[in-house]
Amino acid sequence: MLADSWLIARKDLQVEIRSRIIINQIAPYTLLIMVLFGFALDANTQTLRDTAPGLYWVAILLVALLAIQRGVQIEDADAARDRMLLTPVSSSSIFLGKSLALFVQLLVLEVLLFFVMMVLFDTSVEDPLLVCLSAFVATVGIATSGTLYGVIASGVGVRETLLPILLLPVLAPVAIGATRTFGDAFGRVNADGWAWFGLLVVFAVVYTVLGMFSYGQLLEEE
Amino acid sequence: MTVAIDLREVVVLLSHFPALTGATLRVSQGEIVLLQGPNGAGKSTLLRLCAGLLPIKEGTAKILGQDLGENRRRVRPDIGLLGHKTGLYEDLTVEENIAFWASMTRANSQEITDAIEVMGLGGRLRDVLARQLSAGQRRRTAFAALLVQRPPIWLLDEPHAALDSEGRSLVNELIKNAAAAGATVLLVSHAAKELSALTGRVVTLAGGRVTSDSGGNGSEVNGVS
Repeated sequence: MLADSWLIARKDLQVEIRSRIIINQIAPYTLLIMVLFGFALDANTQTLRDTAPGLYWVAILLVALLAIQRGVQIEDADAARDRMLLTPVSSSSIFLGKSLALFVQLLVLEVLLFFVMMVLFDTSVEDPLLVCLSAFVATVGIATSGTLYGVIASGVGVRETLLPILLLPVLAPVAIGATRTFGDAFGRVNADGWAWFGLLVVFAVVYTVLGMFSYGQLLEEE
Repeated sequence: MTVAIDLREVVVLLSHFPALTGATLRVSQGEIVLLQGPNGAGKSTLLRLCAGLLPIKEGTAKILGQDLGENRRRVRPDIGLLGHKTGLYEDLTVEENIAFWASMTRANSQEITDAIEVMGLGGRLRDVLARQLSAGQRRRTAFAALLVQRPPIWLLDEPHAALDSEGRSLVNELIKNAAAAGATVLLVSHAAKELSALTGRVVTLAGGRVTSDSGGNGSEVNGVS
Protein backbone atom coordinates (compact mmCIF):
# COMPACT_ATOMS: atom_id res chain seq x y z
CA MET A 1 0.00 0.00 0.00
CA LEU A 2 2.78 2.45 0.91
CA ALA A 3 4.64 1.67 -2.32
CA ASP A 4 1.54 2.60 -4.34
CA SER A 5 1.08 5.77 -2.28
CA TRP A 6 4.66 6.75 -2.98
CA LEU A 7 4.16 6.23 -6.74
CA ILE A 8 1.11 8.51 -6.70
CA ALA A 9 2.84 11.14 -4.56
CA ARG A 10 5.93 11.06 -6.76
CA LYS A 11 3.75 11.49 -9.86
CA ASP A 12 1.96 14.51 -8.35
CA LEU A 13 5.25 16.09 -7.29
CA GLN A 14 6.76 15.43 -10.71
CA VAL A 15 3.77 17.17 -12.31
CA GLU A 16 4.15 20.13 -9.94
CA ILE A 17 7.88 20.47 -10.51
CA ARG A 18 7.31 20.33 -14.27
CA SER A 19 4.36 22.75 -14.34
CA ARG A 20 6.04 25.17 -11.87
CA ILE A 21 2.65 26.42 -10.72
CA ILE A 22 3.69 26.23 -7.06
CA ILE A 23 6.94 28.12 -7.71
CA ASN A 24 5.69 30.64 -10.28
CA GLN A 25 2.19 31.32 -9.02
CA ILE A 26 1.34 30.01 -5.56
CA ALA A 27 4.64 30.96 -3.83
CA PRO A 28 4.52 34.59 -5.07
CA TYR A 29 0.86 34.74 -3.98
CA THR A 30 1.94 33.58 -0.51
CA LEU A 31 4.61 36.26 -0.28
CA LEU A 32 2.16 38.88 -1.48
CA ILE A 33 -0.29 37.97 1.29
CA MET A 34 2.40 38.43 3.94
CA VAL A 35 3.51 41.76 2.52
CA LEU A 36 -0.11 42.98 2.35
CA PHE A 37 -0.67 41.95 5.95
CA GLY A 38 2.38 44.04 6.81
CA PHE A 39 0.97 47.05 4.98
CA ALA A 40 -2.48 46.58 6.48
CA LEU A 41 -1.13 46.56 10.02
CA ASP A 42 1.12 49.51 9.28
CA ALA A 43 4.76 49.43 10.21
CA ASN A 44 3.96 48.87 13.85
CA THR A 45 6.52 46.19 14.65
CA GLN A 46 4.98 45.32 17.99
CA THR A 47 1.57 44.62 16.41
CA LEU A 48 3.19 42.63 13.62
CA ARG A 49 5.17 40.53 16.10
CA ASP A 50 2.08 39.84 18.21
CA THR A 51 -0.08 38.87 15.24
CA ALA A 52 2.60 37.11 13.19
CA PRO A 53 1.57 33.53 14.17
CA GLY A 54 -2.07 34.13 13.25
CA LEU A 55 -1.24 35.92 10.01
CA TYR A 56 1.17 33.15 9.09
CA TRP A 57 -1.41 30.40 9.48
CA VAL A 58 -4.17 32.36 7.75
CA ALA A 59 -1.79 32.82 4.81
CA ILE A 60 -0.98 29.08 4.84
CA LEU A 61 -4.67 28.14 4.82
CA LEU A 62 -5.31 30.43 1.86
CA VAL A 63 -2.48 28.99 -0.21
CA ALA A 64 -3.45 25.48 0.90
CA LEU A 65 -6.82 26.00 -0.82
CA LEU A 66 -5.01 26.69 -4.10
CA ALA A 67 -2.71 23.70 -3.72
CA ILE A 68 -5.65 21.41 -2.87
CA GLN A 69 -7.61 22.56 -5.92
CA ARG A 70 -4.54 22.06 -8.05
CA GLY A 71 -4.18 18.48 -6.77
CA VAL A 72 -7.80 17.72 -7.67
CA GLN A 73 -7.48 19.38 -11.06
CA ILE A 74 -4.51 17.18 -12.00
CA GLU A 75 -6.77 14.13 -11.77
CA ASP A 76 -9.87 15.76 -13.28
CA ALA A 77 -8.29 17.43 -16.32
CA ASP A 78 -8.23 14.38 -18.59
CA ALA A 79 -10.30 11.87 -16.59
CA ALA A 80 -7.24 10.30 -14.98
CA ARG A 81 -9.33 9.68 -11.87
CA ASP A 82 -11.51 7.15 -13.74
CA ARG A 83 -8.40 5.42 -14.98
CA MET A 84 -7.02 5.33 -11.45
CA LEU A 85 -10.21 3.63 -10.24
CA LEU A 86 -9.64 0.86 -12.80
CA THR A 87 -6.26 -0.09 -11.32
CA PRO A 88 -5.77 -2.58 -8.49
CA VAL A 89 -4.52 0.26 -6.27
CA SER A 90 -6.61 0.71 -3.11
CA SER A 91 -8.42 3.97 -2.41
CA SER A 92 -6.45 4.27 0.85
CA SER A 93 -3.22 4.26 -1.16
CA ILE A 94 -4.59 6.95 -3.48
CA PHE A 95 -5.60 9.04 -0.47
CA LEU A 96 -2.23 8.68 1.22
CA GLY A 97 -0.36 9.41 -2.03
CA LYS A 98 -2.36 12.55 -2.79
CA SER A 99 -2.05 13.69 0.84
CA LEU A 100 1.71 13.09 0.87
CA ALA A 101 2.22 15.15 -2.29
CA LEU A 102 0.13 17.98 -0.86
CA PHE A 103 2.00 17.74 2.45
CA VAL A 104 5.39 18.15 0.73
CA GLN A 105 4.19 21.13 -1.33
CA LEU A 106 2.71 22.86 1.71
CA LEU A 107 5.82 22.21 3.77
CA VAL A 108 7.98 23.86 1.11
CA LEU A 109 5.67 26.89 1.07
CA GLU A 110 5.61 27.03 4.87
CA VAL A 111 9.41 27.07 5.13
CA LEU A 112 9.59 29.84 2.54
CA LEU A 113 6.86 31.85 4.24
CA PHE A 114 8.40 31.32 7.66
CA PHE A 115 11.64 33.01 6.72
CA VAL A 116 9.74 35.83 5.02
CA MET A 117 7.76 36.32 8.23
CA MET A 118 10.93 36.32 10.33
CA VAL A 119 12.40 39.09 8.19
CA LEU A 120 9.30 41.19 7.47
CA PHE A 121 7.74 40.99 10.93
CA ASP A 122 11.04 40.94 12.84
CA THR A 123 10.09 37.88 14.88
CA SER A 124 12.31 35.47 16.79
CA VAL A 125 11.78 31.89 17.91
CA GLU A 126 12.23 30.78 21.51
CA ASP A 127 11.21 27.15 21.07
CA PRO A 128 12.28 25.88 17.62
CA LEU A 129 11.30 22.28 18.42
CA LEU A 130 7.68 23.30 19.09
CA VAL A 131 7.63 25.33 15.87
CA CYS A 132 8.96 22.45 13.77
CA LEU A 133 6.77 19.74 15.30
CA SER A 134 3.58 21.80 15.31
CA ALA A 135 4.13 22.92 11.70
CA PHE A 136 4.73 19.30 10.69
CA VAL A 137 1.61 17.97 12.42
CA ALA A 138 -0.60 20.92 11.37
CA THR A 139 0.48 20.33 7.76
CA VAL A 140 -0.45 16.66 8.03
CA GLY A 141 -3.90 17.77 9.20
CA ILE A 142 -4.30 20.31 6.39
CA ALA A 143 -3.07 17.86 3.74
CA THR A 144 -5.29 14.97 4.81
CA SER A 145 -8.45 17.01 5.39
CA GLY A 146 -7.73 19.00 2.21
CA THR A 147 -7.38 15.85 0.13
CA LEU A 148 -10.63 14.54 1.56
CA TYR A 149 -12.64 17.73 1.07
CA GLY A 150 -11.04 18.34 -2.31
CA VAL A 151 -12.66 15.22 -3.69
CA ILE A 152 -16.01 16.10 -2.06
CA ALA A 153 -16.00 19.55 -3.67
CA SER A 154 -14.86 18.07 -6.97
CA GLY A 155 -17.90 15.79 -7.07
CA VAL A 156 -20.31 18.70 -6.77
CA GLY A 157 -18.71 20.38 -9.78
CA VAL A 158 -18.26 23.87 -8.30
CA ARG A 159 -14.93 23.14 -6.65
CA GLU A 160 -13.41 26.61 -6.79
CA THR A 161 -16.18 28.28 -4.83
CA LEU A 162 -17.36 25.39 -2.68
CA LEU A 163 -14.03 24.15 -1.34
CA PRO A 164 -13.26 27.21 0.82
CA ILE A 165 -16.77 27.16 2.29
CA LEU A 166 -16.49 23.48 3.15
CA LEU A 167 -12.89 23.34 4.25
CA LEU A 168 -12.12 26.54 6.12
CA PRO A 169 -14.55 25.83 8.99
CA VAL A 170 -13.11 22.32 9.25
CA LEU A 171 -9.59 23.76 9.43
CA ALA A 172 -10.51 26.22 12.19
CA PRO A 173 -9.06 23.95 14.93
CA VAL A 174 -5.79 23.76 12.99
CA ALA A 175 -5.67 27.53 12.56
CA ILE A 176 -6.35 28.10 16.26
CA GLY A 177 -4.04 25.33 17.51
CA ALA A 178 -1.15 26.19 15.23
CA THR A 179 -1.47 29.91 16.01
CA ARG A 180 -1.37 29.18 19.74
CA THR A 181 1.65 26.86 19.47
CA PHE A 182 3.52 29.36 17.31
CA GLY A 183 2.52 32.17 19.68
CA ASP A 184 3.96 30.21 22.60
CA ALA A 185 7.07 29.22 20.65
CA PHE A 186 7.64 32.87 19.67
CA GLY A 187 7.10 33.96 23.30
CA ARG A 188 4.22 36.24 22.26
CA VAL A 189 1.27 34.66 24.10
CA ASN A 190 0.81 33.07 27.46
CA ALA A 191 -0.44 29.68 26.29
CA ASP A 192 0.59 26.07 26.79
CA GLY A 193 1.88 25.41 23.28
CA TRP A 194 2.36 21.70 23.87
CA ALA A 195 -1.29 21.30 24.90
CA TRP A 196 -2.36 22.93 21.64
CA PHE A 197 0.15 20.71 19.87
CA GLY A 198 -1.84 17.77 21.24
CA LEU A 199 -4.96 19.13 19.53
CA LEU A 200 -3.07 19.30 16.23
CA VAL A 201 -1.96 15.68 16.65
CA VAL A 202 -5.54 14.55 17.32
CA PHE A 203 -6.79 16.45 14.25
CA ALA A 204 -4.08 14.95 12.02
CA VAL A 205 -4.71 11.41 13.26
CA VAL A 206 -8.51 11.72 12.94
CA TYR A 207 -8.35 13.02 9.35
CA THR A 208 -5.69 10.51 8.29
CA VAL A 209 -7.80 7.60 9.56
CA LEU A 210 -11.06 9.13 8.29
CA GLY A 211 -9.52 9.72 4.87
CA MET A 212 -8.14 6.21 4.56
CA PHE A 213 -11.55 4.71 5.28
CA SER A 214 -13.86 7.14 3.49
CA TYR A 215 -11.88 8.38 0.46
CA GLY A 216 -12.89 5.38 -1.66
CA GLN A 217 -16.56 5.93 -0.91
CA LEU A 218 -16.26 9.63 -1.78
CA LEU A 219 -14.62 8.76 -5.09
CA GLU A 220 -17.59 6.49 -5.82
CA GLU A 221 -20.08 9.20 -4.91
CA GLU A 222 -18.33 11.56 -7.28
CA MET B 1 -18.26 -20.19 -24.73
CA THR B 2 -17.88 -18.38 -21.41
CA VAL B 3 -20.05 -15.30 -21.04
CA ALA B 4 -17.84 -12.30 -20.25
CA ILE B 5 -20.50 -9.58 -20.14
CA ASP B 6 -24.03 -10.40 -19.04
CA LEU B 7 -26.44 -7.50 -18.64
CA ARG B 8 -30.12 -8.12 -17.95
CA GLU B 9 -32.72 -5.36 -17.92
CA VAL B 10 -30.18 -2.92 -16.51
CA VAL B 11 -31.37 0.52 -15.47
CA VAL B 12 -28.77 3.22 -14.76
CA LEU B 13 -29.56 6.74 -13.61
CA LEU B 14 -27.26 9.67 -14.28
CA SER B 15 -28.25 12.55 -11.98
CA HIS B 16 -31.76 11.04 -11.72
CA PHE B 17 -32.01 10.82 -15.54
CA PRO B 18 -32.40 7.25 -16.84
CA ALA B 19 -29.44 6.78 -19.18
CA LEU B 20 -30.02 3.03 -19.49
CA THR B 21 -33.66 1.97 -19.30
CA GLY B 22 -33.49 -1.83 -19.29
CA ALA B 23 -30.52 -2.80 -21.43
CA THR B 24 -29.90 -6.47 -22.02
CA LEU B 25 -26.71 -7.70 -23.63
CA ARG B 26 -24.68 -10.87 -23.48
CA VAL B 27 -21.16 -11.00 -24.88
CA SER B 28 -18.95 -14.08 -24.95
CA GLN B 29 -15.30 -14.15 -24.02
CA GLY B 30 -13.08 -13.29 -26.99
CA GLU B 31 -15.94 -11.67 -28.87
CA ILE B 32 -15.81 -8.22 -30.48
CA VAL B 33 -19.08 -6.28 -30.40
CA LEU B 34 -19.75 -2.95 -32.03
CA LEU B 35 -22.25 -0.70 -30.24
CA GLN B 36 -23.94 1.97 -32.25
CA GLY B 37 -26.86 4.30 -31.91
CA PRO B 38 -27.80 7.96 -31.93
CA ASN B 39 -26.38 10.53 -29.52
CA GLY B 40 -27.74 9.99 -26.04
CA ALA B 41 -28.66 6.36 -26.74
CA GLY B 42 -26.64 5.20 -23.71
CA LYS B 43 -23.57 3.75 -25.45
CA SER B 44 -20.94 5.48 -23.32
CA THR B 45 -23.03 4.87 -20.20
CA LEU B 46 -23.13 1.18 -21.04
CA LEU B 47 -19.33 1.12 -21.29
CA ARG B 48 -18.94 2.92 -17.96
CA LEU B 49 -21.43 0.54 -16.40
CA CYS B 50 -19.44 -2.46 -17.64
CA ALA B 51 -16.30 -0.83 -16.20
CA GLY B 52 -17.94 -0.80 -12.78
CA LEU B 53 -17.90 2.98 -12.65
CA LEU B 54 -21.67 3.44 -12.38
CA PRO B 55 -24.14 2.01 -9.89
CA ILE B 56 -27.05 -0.10 -11.14
CA LYS B 57 -30.54 1.01 -10.22
CA GLU B 58 -32.36 -2.09 -11.47
CA GLY B 59 -31.53 -5.33 -13.25
CA THR B 60 -28.42 -7.47 -13.00
CA ALA B 61 -24.97 -7.07 -14.52
CA LYS B 62 -22.18 -9.61 -14.39
CA ILE B 63 -18.70 -9.03 -15.77
CA LEU B 64 -16.48 -12.09 -15.91
CA GLY B 65 -18.97 -13.75 -13.57
CA GLN B 66 -18.74 -11.00 -10.95
CA ASP B 67 -21.98 -9.29 -9.99
CA LEU B 68 -21.63 -5.52 -10.30
CA GLY B 69 -24.63 -5.06 -8.02
CA GLU B 70 -22.76 -6.75 -5.19
CA ASN B 71 -19.31 -5.28 -5.66
CA ARG B 72 -18.41 -3.24 -8.71
CA ARG B 73 -14.89 -2.44 -7.49
CA ARG B 74 -13.75 -6.05 -7.75
CA VAL B 75 -14.08 -6.19 -11.53
CA ARG B 76 -12.31 -2.90 -12.29
CA PRO B 77 -8.71 -4.16 -12.53
CA ASP B 78 -9.91 -6.46 -15.35
CA ILE B 79 -11.20 -3.54 -17.37
CA GLY B 80 -9.37 -1.45 -19.93
CA LEU B 81 -11.50 1.63 -20.65
CA LEU B 82 -10.63 4.22 -23.22
CA GLY B 83 -13.25 6.94 -23.35
CA HIS B 84 -13.40 10.34 -25.00
CA LYS B 85 -10.69 11.54 -22.63
CA THR B 86 -7.32 9.87 -22.51
CA GLY B 87 -6.44 9.86 -18.80
CA LEU B 88 -3.02 11.44 -19.40
CA TYR B 89 -1.16 13.88 -17.16
CA GLU B 90 -0.34 16.99 -19.18
CA ASP B 91 3.02 17.65 -17.52
CA LEU B 92 4.39 14.13 -17.82
CA THR B 93 6.10 12.85 -20.93
CA VAL B 94 4.72 10.05 -23.08
CA GLU B 95 7.05 7.55 -21.43
CA GLU B 96 6.35 8.85 -17.91
CA ASN B 97 2.61 8.61 -18.46
CA ILE B 98 2.82 5.06 -19.73
CA ALA B 99 5.29 4.09 -16.99
CA PHE B 100 3.01 5.52 -14.32
CA TRP B 101 -0.01 3.57 -15.51
CA ALA B 102 2.19 0.51 -15.94
CA SER B 103 3.33 0.76 -12.34
CA MET B 104 -0.28 1.11 -11.21
CA THR B 105 -1.18 -2.09 -13.05
CA ARG B 106 2.00 -4.01 -12.09
CA ALA B 107 3.44 -4.14 -15.62
CA ASN B 108 7.20 -4.42 -16.07
CA SER B 109 9.64 -2.19 -17.94
CA GLN B 110 9.85 -4.51 -20.95
CA GLU B 111 6.08 -4.24 -21.41
CA ILE B 112 6.39 -0.45 -21.29
CA THR B 113 9.08 -0.48 -23.99
CA ASP B 114 7.04 -2.88 -26.12
CA ALA B 115 3.89 -0.78 -25.84
CA ILE B 116 5.77 2.38 -26.79
CA GLU B 117 7.25 0.70 -29.86
CA VAL B 118 3.99 -0.94 -30.94
CA MET B 119 2.13 2.37 -30.79
CA GLY B 120 4.85 4.18 -32.76
CA LEU B 121 5.79 6.42 -29.86
CA GLY B 122 9.50 5.63 -29.80
CA GLY B 123 12.43 7.92 -30.51
CA ARG B 124 12.06 11.61 -29.77
CA LEU B 125 8.33 11.32 -29.12
CA ARG B 126 8.70 9.34 -25.88
CA ASP B 127 10.20 12.39 -24.15
CA VAL B 128 7.53 14.85 -25.30
CA LEU B 129 5.10 16.21 -22.70
CA ALA B 130 1.49 15.08 -23.09
CA ARG B 131 0.39 18.73 -23.39
CA GLN B 132 2.54 19.05 -26.52
CA LEU B 133 1.08 16.03 -28.29
CA SER B 134 -1.42 16.13 -31.12
CA ALA B 135 -4.82 14.55 -30.49
CA GLY B 136 -3.78 11.47 -32.43
CA GLN B 137 -0.53 11.10 -30.50
CA ARG B 138 -2.46 11.43 -27.24
CA ARG B 139 -4.75 8.64 -28.41
CA ARG B 140 -1.77 6.44 -29.23
CA THR B 141 -0.27 7.12 -25.79
CA ALA B 142 -3.56 6.20 -24.14
CA PHE B 143 -3.63 2.97 -26.16
CA ALA B 144 -0.07 2.21 -25.06
CA ALA B 145 -1.14 2.64 -21.43
CA LEU B 146 -4.00 0.25 -22.15
CA LEU B 147 -1.66 -2.30 -23.71
CA VAL B 148 0.59 -2.48 -20.65
CA GLN B 149 -2.50 -3.17 -18.55
CA ARG B 150 -3.36 -6.29 -20.63
CA PRO B 151 -7.02 -6.30 -19.53
CA PRO B 152 -9.35 -9.21 -20.31
CA ILE B 153 -12.14 -6.71 -21.12
CA TRP B 154 -11.56 -3.80 -23.52
CA LEU B 155 -14.14 -1.02 -23.56
CA LEU B 156 -13.33 1.45 -26.31
CA ASP B 157 -15.34 4.59 -26.97
CA GLU B 158 -14.63 5.89 -30.48
CA PRO B 159 -11.24 4.11 -30.67
CA HIS B 160 -10.46 5.67 -34.05
CA ALA B 161 -11.06 9.24 -32.89
CA ALA B 162 -8.27 11.62 -33.97
CA LEU B 163 -6.19 8.80 -35.50
CA ASP B 164 -4.78 8.85 -39.01
CA SER B 165 -5.33 5.91 -41.37
CA GLU B 166 -2.14 4.21 -40.19
CA GLY B 167 -3.25 4.65 -36.58
CA ARG B 168 -6.70 3.28 -37.33
CA SER B 169 -5.22 0.19 -38.99
CA LEU B 170 -2.90 -0.27 -36.01
CA VAL B 171 -5.79 -0.05 -33.55
CA ASN B 172 -7.82 -2.52 -35.61
CA GLU B 173 -4.87 -4.91 -35.52
CA LEU B 174 -4.52 -4.51 -31.75
CA ILE B 175 -8.22 -5.18 -31.21
CA LYS B 176 -8.09 -8.28 -33.40
CA ASN B 177 -5.00 -9.57 -31.57
CA ALA B 178 -6.52 -8.87 -28.17
CA ALA B 179 -9.69 -10.78 -29.08
CA ALA B 180 -7.64 -13.63 -30.52
CA ALA B 181 -5.81 -13.81 -27.19
CA GLY B 182 -9.16 -14.14 -25.39
CA ALA B 183 -10.01 -10.54 -24.55
CA THR B 184 -13.60 -9.37 -24.90
CA VAL B 185 -13.98 -6.08 -26.76
CA LEU B 186 -16.90 -3.66 -26.72
CA LEU B 187 -16.53 -0.85 -29.23
CA VAL B 188 -18.59 2.29 -29.48
CA SER B 189 -18.34 4.15 -32.75
CA HIS B 190 -20.30 6.31 -35.12
CA ALA B 191 -17.88 5.26 -37.87
CA ALA B 192 -19.24 1.73 -37.94
CA LYS B 193 -18.00 1.10 -41.45
CA GLU B 194 -14.34 1.25 -40.44
CA LEU B 195 -14.83 -1.11 -37.53
CA SER B 196 -17.30 -3.48 -39.13
CA ALA B 197 -14.39 -5.49 -40.59
CA LEU B 198 -13.51 -6.48 -37.03
CA THR B 199 -16.83 -8.05 -36.16
CA GLY B 200 -20.05 -9.23 -37.64
CA ARG B 201 -21.94 -8.39 -34.48
CA VAL B 202 -23.44 -4.95 -34.33
CA VAL B 203 -25.67 -3.98 -31.41
CA THR B 204 -27.86 -0.90 -31.69
CA LEU B 205 -28.96 1.13 -28.69
CA ALA B 206 -31.72 3.70 -28.59
CA GLY B 207 -33.32 5.36 -25.60
CA GLY B 208 -31.12 3.41 -23.20
CA ARG B 209 -32.14 -0.04 -24.51
CA VAL B 210 -30.75 -2.54 -26.97
CA THR B 211 -33.08 -2.29 -29.94
CA SER B 212 -31.33 -4.63 -32.33
CA ASP B 213 -28.55 -7.17 -32.26
CA SER B 214 -27.18 -8.56 -35.49
CA GLY B 215 -26.31 -11.86 -33.85
CA GLY B 216 -23.37 -13.42 -32.12
CA ASN B 217 -23.05 -15.99 -29.41
CA GLY B 218 -25.94 -16.07 -27.00
CA SER B 219 -27.23 -12.66 -27.91
CA GLU B 220 -30.57 -11.40 -26.73
CA VAL B 221 -32.48 -8.26 -27.42
CA ASN B 222 -33.94 -7.03 -24.15
CA GLY B 223 -34.76 -10.46 -22.92
CA VAL B 224 -35.96 -11.93 -26.21
CA SER B 225 -33.58 -14.65 -27.42
